[in-house]
Amino acid sequence: MERNGKLPKIFLTAVFLVLYAPIFYLIFYSFNSGGTMSHFESFTWEHYAAVFEDKRLIIIVLNTVVVALLSALISTAIGVMGAITIHYMKNKAMRNAMLSMNSILMVSPDVIIGASFLILFTLVGVKLGFASVLLSHIAFSIPIVVIMVLPKLQEMSPTLIDAALDLGATRKEIMSRVILPFIKPGIFAGFFLALTYSLDDFAVTFFVTGNGFSTLSVEIYSMARTGVTLTINALSGLIFVITAALILGYYFITNRTKTPASGVKR
Amino acid sequence: MMRDLKRMVWRMKTNRASLRLSMVPYSLWILLFVIAPIGLIVYYSFFDLSGNFTFENYKNFFTSVYLKLTVSSFWYAFLITFFSLLISYPTAYFLTKLKHKQLWLLLIIIPSWINLLLKTYAFIGLMGLYGPVNALLEAVGIGKQQILFTDFSFVFVSVYIFIPFMILPIFNALDKLNPALIDASRDLGANAWTTFRRVIWPLTLNGVKSGVQVVFIPALSLFMITRLIAGNKVITLGTAIEQQFLVTQNWGMGSTIAVFLILFMVVILLLTTANERGMAGSGKKR
Repeated sequence: MERNGKLPKIFLTAVFLVLYAPIFYLIFYSFNSGGTMSHFESFTWEHYAAVFEDKRLIIIVLNTVVVALLSALISTAIGVMGAITIHYMKNKAMRNAMLSMNSILMVSPDVIIGASFLILFTLVGVKLGFASVLLSHIAFSIPIVVIMVLPKLQEMSPTLIDAALDLGATRKEIMSRVILPFIKPGIFAGFFLALTYSLDDFAVTFFVTGNGFSTLSVEIYSMARTGVTLTINALSGLIFVITAALILGYYFITNRTKTPASGVKR
Repeated sequence: MMRDLKRMVWRMKTNRASLRLSMVPYSLWILLFVIAPIGLIVYYSFFDLSGNFTFENYKNFFTSVYLKLTVSSFWYAFLITFFSLLISYPTAYFLTKLKHKQLWLLLIIIPSWINLLLKTYAFIGLMGLYGPVNALLEAVGIGKQQILFTDFSFVFVSVYIFIPFMILPIFNALDKLNPALIDASRDLGANAWTTFRRVIWPLTLNGVKSGVQVVFIPALSLFMITRLIAGNKVITLGTAIEQQFLVTQNWGMGSTIAVFLILFMVVILLLTTANERGMAGSGKKR
């Protein structure tokens, strides 16, 4: 390191430049009054105004957000139940089988998930649209919640439950006052990841969405194939700001739960 | 005595009633969204367009068209994984040497949280005939080049997308590495290359393996980037499945390709799953 002190810095700078280049490129041209992504004429907010005037686009953004929030909420609930089930399972072979089942959807390529869900929904008779997209997002988000919650359960000392029982807690109280508060950081992390999984998904949604329903990823795909408008750039600028805010919010929450105050409160 | 009894009762109850209740949604999920879809894919692979039972799809898969497709799909996935590793390993290594390494790591990860489609869309502009990359090439004197819709653009954008996922496990492995081992190796007279080859690389191999795993399998099944960036010139297994399911509507053939993709996936998982026991053993031996 001492001998070639410059090389690492140059290398890392290059990597960072390339990683951020597309994002800032999009945002830069979102302020271009010329209609293209090649010649910057003058500064304008008009493309941002266009985003808010485009009713269709707003509905699609709302669809995306609603699907993300609902799927994250439901998959978190089912995932937490799943993690508790797996953790308190006595039969080791059964537990390992459950864990492998859990990881199948995590490693499966999106195309396979999308195609197999398409067959499933068509066969069962779920109409392709909001319901099928929501169900698939719930389905592929559950395993990540389980993965985030399980380590927290393993960290928890079983004596905590014994102590609660000795103090006269009922089963409900043990769940709501001992187990759930302890695994809360894992639940939050799982919820957050489920949210980002849903917001970022393209391939699975592309397979199971019908004609009438569209999410942002699918919409950008068809826009990118047909023609270029700077409205997408403005939208990506907005998304970048929101994503950054979400990440900061997440770090704020996780840092707050780390402080010792949360233990003292009760 | 009373307490022990209470505890025993609780354990029994958690094993029976309440556990069974909390088991229901999760088990239903496994049944409906893990087992059933795979079963359906396998089932559909035995049917032709008009719904007759047939092995024709499997016969078709072993014709030159699909074999070529599989080979080229693997070749592209190999290239993408190789270049991702080539860039990610030094990046992760240099990152661990920085002062605020966790913050820098977060900064590397942030772009991966921006919607994939938006980043791909940006590359269409960046690499276009009138984009900044071509403007730069012209200024340098090389002149305009057709970058978009080539093998190069496909591999480049794919590597761009996958790099953060490769850096993360390698960074964690390097971060866990005990620096005393490197000092010891240098004290024993090994040069930098030998230290890397005999100490650092073997001890971070598990990180590399999980990195390869999270890049290679998705790279085999890309279909969006092939359409937008490679302009349909590159066809991967993923593109073929999408084509069969959504364009030709031949679910049987699509399922057959999917069955093979699942088989390839299992093989890759078996090859790259980190062997913790082996790790501990080799650590003890030295």
